Amino acid sequence: MSVPLYHVLILAAILFALGLACTVAWRANVIMMLIGIEIMLNAVMLTFVGGSAQWGMADGQIFSLMLMALTSAEVSLALAMVVYLHRRKQSVNTDDFDSMKG
Amino acid sequence: MEAILFYLLAAVTLVGTLCAITARQAVRAIVYLVTSFFSLALIFYLLGAPLVAAFEVIIYAGAIMVLFLFVIMMLDLGHPEKMKTPRLSDWWPALLLLVVILGAVVILVVSGHPAAPSGFSGVTVREFSQALFQRYGVAVEIISMQLLFALVGALYLGRRR
Repeated sequence: MSVPLYHVLILAAILFALGLACTVAWRANVIMMLIGIEIMLNAVMLTFVGGSAQWGMADGQIFSLMLMALTSAEVSLALAMVVYLHRRKQSVNTDDFDSMKG
Repeated sequence: MEAILFYLLAAVTLVGTLCAITARQAVRAIVYLVTSFFSLALIFYLLGAPLVAAFEVIIYAGAIMVLFLFVIMMLDLGHPEKMKTPRLSDWWPALLLLVVILGAVVILVVSGHPAAPSGFSGVTVREFSQALFQRYGVAVEIISMQLLFALVGALYLGRRR
């Protein structure tokens, strides 16, 4: 690898910031919020893989694999929840789910 | 050569993500995100993680994004007029967060001294799988149980009453 870890971490930080911005800005739409969470998890995976490349150990790659399995479980449950909510209120807008007045 | 490729791929990833989070339709956002994930997979390959790169393409770009696309098309959310786009007032906290994080990165770049790149070529599949199934065997079992629970939960939520 000829790229310093520093630049990989900067890329991961910017990706994480973009995902966070997506989650905050699209807080009216459940699907775009989930997309923002995906972007953030990808940034975390990039950090793990960059650390693994810096120190020459496989552990970081293994944890990024675990993260991937965790993400697929999370996304399947979250999308099932979106389908369930859409069936109840015919909407994916979070403002429509305010029956608890939160 | 590798460094030039890395910076090009990083630019593609950032532009794809930026287009994805500002897209007006959910389907376009998904397609931009798939582009971004492909270039991220190539970055993983450059960083010496071929297996993670392959799984990124197969699981992220292949399975998870297709699952998103499937739900968007099943719920018929592809119409831009149905999807409420964020107003300008919704964007300012996000922009504030972005500016804070980018400012922190810029300060780090100005003040820091980057370490020299290590002479690391990559983890082979053999080393990777030995570490995965010997040292982290219990974690693999727990992850498989977690996937099973997620499957049961998704089935329970998705069934018709």
